Amino acid sequence: MKKILGIFGLFAVICLFTALEADSFTKPNNIANLASRTGLYGVLGIGVAFVIVTGGIDLSIGSIVGLTGTLLPWLIIRHGWSVPAALGFVALVSIVIGLFHGLLITRLNLQPFLVTLCGLLIYRSIAQYVTDDQNQGFGTEYTGLRDLATGSMGTMATLMTLVGAVLTGFLFFRYLGVKRSEVAPKEQRPVLIGLITAGALTLVGLITWLTGSTLLAEVPAPMPFWILVVVAMICGLVLNDTVFGRHLLALGRNEQAARFSGVRTTWVIIAAYVICAVLAGLGGVLFTCDLNGIQPATLGQVFELYAIAAAVLGGCSLRGGECTILGIVIGTAVLRLLLNAFNLLGTSYTIESAVMGTVILLGVLADEVIRRFVRRRRRTAG
Amino acid sequence: MSAPLLQARGIEKRFPGVRALHQVDLHVEPGEVLGLVGENGAGKSTLMKILAGIQSPDAGELRWSGETVHLPSPRAASALGIALIHQELNLADNLDVAANLFLGREPHRFGLIDRSTIERESEKVLERIGVSFGPRTPIADLSVGQRQLVEIARALAADARLLIMDEPTSSLSTHESERLFEVIVDLRQKGVSIVYISHRLGEVMDLADRVSVLRDGENAGELQREEITRERMISLMVGRELDSFYASRPHALGDVVLEVEGLRTGMYPEHSASLRVRAGERVGLAGLVGAGRTELLRALFGIDPALSGRMRVGGVDVPLGSPRHAIAAGLALVPEDRQAQGLVLGSNIRDNVGLASLDRRRRVGLVSHPAEDALARRLMGSLRIKASSTDQLVATLSGGNQQKVALAKWLALEPRVLLLDEPTRGVDVGAKHEIYETIARLAESGLAVLFVSSEMEEVLGLADRVLVMHEGRITGELQRDELEEKAVLRLATGGTEAASR
Repeated sequence: MKKILGIFGLFAVICLFTALEADSFTKPNNIANLASRTGLYGVLGIGVAFVIVTGGIDLSIGSIVGLTGTLLPWLIIRHGWSVPAALGFVALVSIVIGLFHGLLITRLNLQPFLVTLCGLLIYRSIAQYVTDDQNQGFGTEYTGLRDLATGSMGTMATLMTLVGAVLTGFLFFRYLGVKRSEVAPKEQRPVLIGLITAGALTLVGLITWLTGSTLLAEVPAPMPFWILVVVAMICGLVLNDTVFGRHLLALGRNEQAARFSGVRTTWVIIAAYVICAVLAGLGGVLFTCDLNGIQPATLGQVFELYAIAAAVLGGCSLRGGECTILGIVIGTAVLRLLLNAFNLLGTSYTIESAVMGTVILLGVLADEVIRRFVRRRRRTAG
Repeated sequence: MSAPLLQARGIEKRFPGVRALHQVDLHVEPGEVLGLVGENGAGKSTLMKILAGIQSPDAGELRWSGETVHLPSPRAASALGIALIHQELNLADNLDVAANLFLGREPHRFGLIDRSTIERESEKVLERIGVSFGPRTPIADLSVGQRQLVEIARALAADARLLIMDEPTSSLSTHESERLFEVIVDLRQKGVSIVYISHRLGEVMDLADRVSVLRDGENAGELQREEITRERMISLMVGRELDSFYASRPHALGDVVLEVEGLRTGMYPEHSASLRVRAGERVGLAGLVGAGRTELLRALFGIDPALSGRMRVGGVDVPLGSPRHAIAAGLALVPEDRQAQGLVLGSNIRDNVGLASLDRRRRVGLVSHPAEDALARRLMGSLRIKASSTDQLVATLSGGNQQKVALAKWLALEPRVLLLDEPTRGVDVGAKHEIYETIARLAESGLAVLFVSSEMEEVLGLADRVLVMHEGRITGELQRDELEEKAVLRLATGGTEAASR
């Protein structure tokens, strides 16, 4: 909770600073573009979070993006596959890759770092080999498919209203449940705060939607951002409210204890790698639709690092067992925002990576400092 | 009347968050064997470390032959003549006996080690305690028991007048222990004082001239030679009457619930174990460390594969090798190492209590948070887990409360067979009693309990029946009325004469 507030604060500060320094930041186009980028990269961040929660890592994400992003146009344009068939095949490839990782890691006890490092090398090479390293794209066709990444639906106000309404409904029922079951008032509070926030979000969205005057109502909501929001809500539900998610969190903190409690740790871990690979595959499809002209050798390069960085910035611990989906979404937004700010402020692109690295480092440091402070206070109190 | 050899008065010692010792008095007369007993965490080890100069007391006074002394270091203590024989032996494996006896204070001439003096002196010391090996024997060739004797010889070579022995027999065979007791009796005659710390109260009864009991860091009482009985020692250790402490009330037993036949584990592939536990019965598995008890429980619960064997629960065959099958059949295991295996320390009480039973409390695929919380609160109440709320992190709980959470996780499933591995390790006396009460209550309601314990008192006090294991097989069975420390130990070390069934 506090972590999310922290990262959200960072996000707000950078927004404010950039808006003051560069007029073009608040142009609807720029914000829509920023939301679209956040959507594209955020999907990858959420995927890797499932693996990071288990205490593992997936370095092959960028190459999976490259492979699936290459295969989709190649199958459709070069081989005349139908869109559903090609999408289905790409999904299958992602699932197989995830299973492959998971099985090697759990059954043969190989280290996730090594398995996925080899994946990183292999999948990109496959993409280059099958296409003879030729550029792939849809040309001017298949606009319907490409709209998945380039289109938009409604405005940000619409999106905010709908998402707010869904969250409000969900939290309302949870609050009723909590209320009915005599949970201590102190522990009811987070649910209540969430409910109020969601309600406020809905209300603000609705008002701006109806009046149509503010910025939010002028910015079109890009499809990738819609997709991210849906993926985030589903993954949030899976992680926090399903048996699978709870088992995942428990084994991330103590795999042995989870096994001693009857958790099928092997299958839970394999599922985590599959989810990661499938979301990377979804990312590949979106990126290839967005760019419409990709090189197998470069599409998705170092994207795994962006994904991991966003997850860590969003509060995931590489030690495992800790993760909030909302944090990852904001973490991704912060990284995209930084790049956007550089662009608008005309800073040399040469220091981009350095600043990104520094921000992540500071975020992690702040987290560690707070953790120590809390621990010390708890010790003196108890 | 002469002053005691060593007198400690009003010793205080605090560690962050814990009061280890409070106003502790202790004295040792010349040529006396003082038994020092107490539960785990009662403060015995801390007190001994203070007497040996390893730790300094926060307050209190130490007198040596009537004179006030300070012991800022182990060196200062050994200069006075105090020697601590550790549980873990501190010998240099690569050297011979003589070199070890004089390690750190080798006599030398012209800067060279005086080997002939060392050997001459070593022979004398070894003769004093009557051992069969010579000064040139490499330590690596000696058994654990013989090494223990080398430790004692080393103390004597340094002119020790007070030997502190901390669980000296914990890794000795019966024969080696008897040899050690002879040495102790002999040393006492020669005027050496000994503080003898042991969980094996039978040994303390045989050896001690006087017994001092610690409980929760304070003096709980003292027993003179003629007053020393097992019952009185334990009552002082736990602060209440024995039967009520272990909650050992007679109750009716039901049908056989757990049947195990010919179970072999990877640890002792050549031996197999068979056993039965009836509903309401508390069966203790006794034995030495490494007897295969933990491995037996783990194999039953499916954590480790079993090489062969059958398990039936309530007459129905249950496949071995999967914790999920075991849980579905009604088994539960509270493992030996609660921090590594029993609990997710970084999670709160609610998540830990719910972890094993999530599958059973699911509505439309989703976990019900209020139901989970209600369950955790109910079990917190019935097990008397002391915590501010179900939200408290398990890592911040005391050992006793952590153990209760590890137990609560399984009670949520209402098991038929409860497997407990060291149920009260690292748990304070008060929480111990509450755990015994819980076990008794569960047994009375028909649960079959199979527990492993390395604490003799726990085995003797808690079990309705005891099975003794040695090298992977059950070497004997003792009913409640024939339970006795010596019988258990004899079976545990492989002696089978008592197992004439």
